[in-house]
Amino acid sequence: MTTVAITPMNEQQHTGQTPKTLGLNLVWDKAEKAKVKSVLAKYPKGRERSATIPLLKLAQDKCGGWLPVDAMQLVADTVNEPYIRVYEVATFYTMFNLKPVGKFHVQVCTNCACLIRGSDGVTKAVKDIAGVDSSGATSKDGTFTFTEVECLGACVAAPMMQIGTHYFTHLTEEKTKDILNHLKEGGDPLKYADTPNAASDPLHNGDYEEHV
Amino acid sequence: MTNLTLTIISKQGEVEVIVPQGATVMDAIKAAEQQVPHFCYHKRLSIAGNCRMCLVEVEGAPKPVASCHWPANDGMRVNLDSETTINARKGTMELLLANHPLDCPICDQGGECELQDQAVAFGSDRSQFQEMKRAVDDKEIGAKIKTVMTRCIHCMRCVRFATEIAGVEEFGATGRGVDTQVGTYVEEALQSELAGNMIDLCPVGALTNKPYAFTARPWELQHTDSIDVMDGVGTHIRVDHRAGKVMRIVPRECDAINEEWMSDTARFSWDALSTNRLTTPMVRKNGKLTACGWPEAFKKIEQSLKKVGRDKIAGLAGDLHCAEDYYAFNAFMKETLKTDNVDARGDGACVDSTNHAAYIMHTPLADIEKADAVLLIGTNPRHEAPLLNVRLRCLVQSGIPIAMVGEEVDLTYKYKLLGDNPQVLEDIANSKNSFGKILQKAEKPLIILGSNVLTRPDAKAVLFSAASLAEGIGAVTENWRGFNVLQRMAGRVAALDMAVHPVAGGLETKGILKALSENKLDVLFQYGDIEVPCEMLQSTATKIYIGIHLTEQAQTADVMLPAAAYTEKNGLWTNIEGRVQEAKAAVQPPLQAKEDWKIFRALSAELGKPLPFNNQAQLRQAIVDICAIYNEPNMLVQPEWERPGKAGKMKDTPFTLPVTVENYYQTNEILRASNTMVACQAEILEKRKVEEAA
Repeated sequence: MTTVAITPMNEQQHTGQTPKTLGLNLVWDKAEKAKVKSVLAKYPKGRERSATIPLLKLAQDKCGGWLPVDAMQLVADTVNEPYIRVYEVATFYTMFNLKPVGKFHVQVCTNCACLIRGSDGVTKAVKDIAGVDSSGATSKDGTFTFTEVECLGACVAAPMMQIGTHYFTHLTEEKTKDILNHLKEGGDPLKYADTPNAASDPLHNGDYEEHV
Repeated sequence: MTNLTLTIISKQGEVEVIVPQGATVMDAIKAAEQQVPHFCYHKRLSIAGNCRMCLVEVEGAPKPVASCHWPANDGMRVNLDSETTINARKGTMELLLANHPLDCPICDQGGECELQDQAVAFGSDRSQFQEMKRAVDDKEIGAKIKTVMTRCIHCMRCVRFATEIAGVEEFGATGRGVDTQVGTYVEEALQSELAGNMIDLCPVGALTNKPYAFTARPWELQHTDSIDVMDGVGTHIRVDHRAGKVMRIVPRECDAINEEWMSDTARFSWDALSTNRLTTPMVRKNGKLTACGWPEAFKKIEQSLKKVGRDKIAGLAGDLHCAEDYYAFNAFMKETLKTDNVDARGDGACVDSTNHAAYIMHTPLADIEKADAVLLIGTNPRHEAPLLNVRLRCLVQSGIPIAMVGEEVDLTYKYKLLGDNPQVLEDIANSKNSFGKILQKAEKPLIILGSNVLTRPDAKAVLFSAASLAEGIGAVTENWRGFNVLQRMAGRVAALDMAVHPVAGGLETKGILKALSENKLDVLFQYGDIEVPCEMLQSTATKIYIGIHLTEQAQTADVMLPAAAYTEKNGLWTNIEGRVQEAKAAVQPPLQAKEDWKIFRALSAELGKPLPFNNQAQLRQAIVDICAIYNEPNMLVQPEWERPGKAGKMKDTPFTLPVTVENYYQTNEILRASNTMVACQAEILEKRKVEEAA
């Protein structure tokens, strides 16, 4: 999968109220094309627009975790819909990032269960290590983007956070710091990543590795 | 289909109404002649149900229901004035106003604002809302529409209009919850010839008329019913004016013609009515046009006509005149000056007054929705008659097959391109073409032939072939007339009805232009701009220009006479269906300008052969004498069918289009004088340039 390099220049162009295309001329590469085909195959002919969300996800992965306008247009062209229909979807869901994110996108849950179990400490640890002071901000070196999010469905293992596609549960301020420092030094996220207790995931019954 | 009986309970008592299966509660309330407040609901758009203003109590339902999309049921009892209903409305209004700014004094919608009216009628006099109001950045969507998006209440009427009616999917709602914004997301000018209708649809002041901004208040305006002349559809309009100046133009509702829409050329070109106008007669002195009085101008004309043979005089008329004016001009040329060199067909169209069937639409606009197959020949309805295109688009979306023989253009819907030259018509007639079979099978086929086809060298043969095709596929029967010639200019049908063309072997437009270039003419009367390059009108002949704007063509004249624009005279205008409609004068012609027919009448008297009418009533009687349909405005008369054109050989040169998106906003002298229209055209050309570069 090719990743589009996002420079700070791009980010500057993408802030403010009026998003613009960046002239990236994106196209799906060979591996992505196969994926696009398999996604589109799930829907009846003439209902290609149903594939908008999975394709946006694919485009977000392609662009290093965020969606420039160009990527949304690529998706719109793929599903044969007017651009605005895709912009509407992409801006509606908070899982789609409309601004560039750092190497690690740290999403800390601050909903009830996590809050009661101490998500304030987790938030503080992330802010300290990343050196940012508000949700949505990216650290100066571009390593971490910190976002406060709503429930991620792992209340049984609160407090928790999600980094990339991995869940990190049963956190404390100290543990959070360890994890972030470990990642910063290029460590394997799987060392700390886990899945909530078996009880909260009866389908997979804790066999996390097998089902990744 | 079964009928449903509902009881509508209001202050006035209980009313039982019967509605068909599938009706909504709102339909039932309307059937009971009761009102229910609403914002997002609009009868010509799909139902959204997102404003919640139309909540009513239905007995037995646990919560108030949104009447606009709630299906009516048999035995339902709807309570319009119960406490629950009133509280629901109050609550909804409070939420709508939570983020709506209190800037009515500086809002152009003030005085004609649905939110304002409904807040007074159904709202509460206080709010429990203590937080900060949200603010939204304004969007730049072009020269036509001004946006103040903080005022938006998210009814999505504009989004639905752009998607469903205008066919330009550029508008949408981005973000979620309190961050929802209506706009184009990526900033761009809205590329639609119908965008102005969003201004009327917007229930608040979020989308307002940009050129009209801060110029007038609705309660200061006087209204005059009129007819639009920027295209041939004959849109019903209301001219709003104050102190003798047109301030804006808005559509009137007319189901038979424009529903309630209006093209942007009609809506936004009013600034031309007070820009660059001819306000006083002028004569050329020492090579320079100089203002003078009417007597001096008339004297100059009289002098130039002295000792000039009648075959050395010619007259050309443009396309923005009403029936009276064409009649007066024609009578002036043919009776006073005794010349037959007169033509109102500036584009050289091959049709004349002898066959009414050859130059109008036989299908009434309202009947277009009944068609079950459509063939377009050499036309671009999107830019020649935008409101006809709206109806065609509706048809296409219901799955009716549509095909085109001609140049490929964006019509906002998909169609089948069969070819670009007349030879294809033969294939269709012989059913060699697959679309020929579709037309054969169709019960109500529709053929629309563009007016530019009539200007081809082989026009008569093409017209004949199209008409034969129409007869062959059953488009000309007693019950269905599906053969249509689409005129794109407002005055053309009237000009042909009034026979403003040679009838006794005189020169046609082409001949007149040729004689001009060879300096064989001594005097040329030019009545309005002609659609030919200005150079073709240069000659040694004395040129008398009668018109409304100081156009390029007017500036080459030796005598200029100022006439009245369409908002300044009572006139009969004939639309593409051949329907005669009366427009009323809203304002006076500027300064010394006069109504056109009065100029010709006065000039004929000056020349010693006065025309036989002294007032408009007599003039109209004279018109009725030659064309009876002018006796009954607004009536639609089905003309006798007579196959137009003449059998002949058709060439294989492709059809061309005179009006495309590249020049749509600049197609007549009024549009060319309008600053707004010039800006709109520039916007499109700019966008084209960017697209080409990319």
